[in-house]
Amino acid sequence: MTRRRAVLMVRIGVLAACVLLLELLCRTGAIDPLTIIPPSEMVASMVERIASGELDAGMIQTFSTIATAFVLAVTLGTLGGALIHRVPRLRDVVDPLLASYYSVPTFIFYPLLVALFALGKTPLVVLGVMSAAPAMMISTLAGLDGVPPVLLKLARAQRLGPIRTLRWIVLPAALPRLFSGFKLALSYALIGVIAGEFLLSGTGLGYAISFAYQSFDNRAMYGLMLFVLLIAVIANGLLYSWEGRLARRRTSR
Amino acid sequence: MSDPHLVMQGVVRRYEGPPPVHALGPIDLELARGEFFSVVGPSGCGKSTLLDVLCGLASPTSGTISFEGRELHGEVPDGIGVVFQEDSSLAWLSVRQNIAFGLRLSGLPQREITERIDHAVAFMGLKQFADHYPAQLSGGMRQRVCIARTLVLRPRLILLDEPFGALDQQTRLLMGDELLRLWRETGATVLLITHALDEAAMLSDRVGVISARPGRFIDMVETGWPRERDSRIVSDPNFGALTARLWSSLREESLKTLGRVA
Repeated sequence: MTRRRAVLMVRIGVLAACVLLLELLCRTGAIDPLTIIPPSEMVASMVERIASGELDAGMIQTFSTIATAFVLAVTLGTLGGALIHRVPRLRDVVDPLLASYYSVPTFIFYPLLVALFALGKTPLVVLGVMSAAPAMMISTLAGLDGVPPVLLKLARAQRLGPIRTLRWIVLPAALPRLFSGFKLALSYALIGVIAGEFLLSGTGLGYAISFAYQSFDNRAMYGLMLFVLLIAVIANGLLYSWEGRLARRRTSR
Repeated sequence: MSDPHLVMQGVVRRYEGPPPVHALGPIDLELARGEFFSVVGPSGCGKSTLLDVLCGLASPTSGTISFEGRELHGEVPDGIGVVFQEDSSLAWLSVRQNIAFGLRLSGLPQREITERIDHAVAFMGLKQFADHYPAQLSGGMRQRVCIARTLVLRPRLILLDEPFGALDQQTRLLMGDELLRLWRETGATVLLITHALDEAAMLSDRVGVISARPGRFIDMVETGWPRERDSRIVSDPNFGALTARLWSSLREESLKTLGRVA
């Protein structure tokens, strides 16, 4: 515990030092304010923008889109992964596709999605799901592959039916890997949605950053960027600590 | 034998393959109620197949198995408890929860469930570890958790597939003692599958020696031990003679599995 705490302190220290250095470089004029504004200004800008309420609509739009994409990706990815796991022939076909999936930049399909679904929430959700679902699928496959065969024998020896076997043996045994899937899916959904907004949308946080960028409003842009960054870090941190709490039981000595 | 507890008649198990494998049989066996019976055989002789078929995890290709007079059809009947060779403790549950696992379905009143768990925890010497998780326990402790989990269901026939295979020799002897104590206290019939001749000779009332694949009984040895016994029996002169007899039956078969002619 003390070791973990020490690592944490060092990590925070390094991060703080970087921020401080950036602040110093900006304040002394070593970095042009047209390039980067001081971190303190970024924080001030972010707070102003949140307090003014100008982001409310955008936040609701973006977060609800991410949440929808995340839930859909986790659902489809888990079901898809389970199906592929059950059907070995399907797996032979799909495995190489899944393995190379992330070498394809999904964003290039965004214009197509807009053409198909028109501007609005739908193409963004689809883009988020396209980014996130395969990661969930891969994690589900890894999770199901990792269930020790003896536990399935145990389930039969204890006369558990298929539903109970799933609920009491398969899911908990696969949970650590499923959790990696959740984390990846959240990250990918967030990236997909915000990048989609950035590229070709009239609403949302991604669009707000893009708009500030195109109108040379550095202060607004950095404030918004910081905000999105914080959201991503907090969301992932929550999943991370939840995962840690589950994992500690299984591995601690 | 009057009132046999478990009867196997002409049991054969083949795997379709490719290549097709004749893994087991024909096997004929009768276990008396309350008997401690061990099966020894060379590696790959189908011992684990025998266990799968015995407890209904796999159906025999031909032949019949009946437990307490009822024929088995590919399902594990009530009253049979199985302890596997591999660690089958559930990593996400505490020792207590692991032991309680099978009782969830039992429909027993909560008080009874708690009593049974408390008893099993104490009996297997897990009291201090009741709230630990398997990752915090040694291999021997984890196997004890698995045995306790089977024990709380009060099985009338306990099948054990090399339960101490992964443990060191000292721990195995002590676990053997615990198994004997458990057998005496519960009055259950025990069928132990093992590759360790000394383990079979020390624990059993009767030992069946199985041939190389396809596994068949080639020798049946009565040990004649008293019901009250423990690992100190290894110093009995008969123990050496018994182990020697088992080895002479098994030596040829073991050589076969190594691809050599005796």
